[in-house]
Amino acid sequence: MNLLSPQTLASGAFLLVVAVTLLGALIAVAARNIFHNVLGLALSLMGVAGVFLYLNSPFVALMEVLIYVGAICIAICFAIMLSEPLHLPRPPRSLAKVLGALAGAGAVFIFLLVLLKKTTWTPAPQRSADWSITTLGHYLLTNYVLIFELVSLLLLVAMLGAIVNARGGRGSS
Amino acid sequence: MPLFNQLNTYLYLALVLFVIGLYGVLARRNLIAVLISVELILNAASINFMAFNRFLAPHPAVGQVITLFIMAVAAAEAAIALSIIIAVYRRLKSVNVEQATELRG
Repeated sequence: MNLLSPQTLASGAFLLVVAVTLLGALIAVAARNIFHNVLGLALSLMGVAGVFLYLNSPFVALMEVLIYVGAICIAICFAIMLSEPLHLPRPPRSLAKVLGALAGAGAVFIFLLVLLKKTTWTPAPQRSADWSITTLGHYLLTNYVLIFELVSLLLLVAMLGAIVNARGGRGSS
Repeated sequence: MPLFNQLNTYLYLALVLFVIGLYGVLARRNLIAVLISVELILNAASINFMAFNRFLAPHPAVGQVITLFIMAVAAAEAAIALSIIIAVYRRLKSVNVEQATELRG
């Protein structure tokens, strides 16, 4: 097999993307420093964007980078800056809780794994193979316009709610 | 068939991501870390939607639309959760889950 054929290169890049996703997720969960957690989350989200590229949708990959890495991770960074100082000593993790969480997550993992192994998926008859952003835009403004508007309303309400919740800092209280 | 052209690859990836996030939600006690883990879980769901959309769905735009909605709702959720976390920190001077037990009887 030729090592530089497009097929091999694509497979190698895919494995790299998957490795980045999982490594980032592990850092996001396991690191003790909360700031390292956010950086791990950003790494993992970049990996997920790569996975979306492999799933044929560059637009969603772009939105992933824009919304998750660009907005949510930065917002979390601000929350970290506004809350607990990082240099304070952190309470040690209790072993029982970690083991309990491992057991719970492991049970769910095994259940879903068995479910995945046992299921056979049958594809629906394909009505269209149009992946373009234009189609996506048409769908957002025709079939799914109600949800689209609801989401914009939700974002507005969430913004107002966040302001009201987080007000009452220095000066007002 | 290459690895990236099979539905199961993506489902396993999403499964592992979901379980890592679930472990984080259960084990971490920092509220912000819990929020980070929830984001991981949401991303696992997004990967699932996109994979099913790519391999099984009748129309390719549907899953992308749903994934975009997941992202928008996740952004709203993150904004609200972070503002709550900051409010909790102001009141209790801590973002540890175990300190926030004011409602315990």
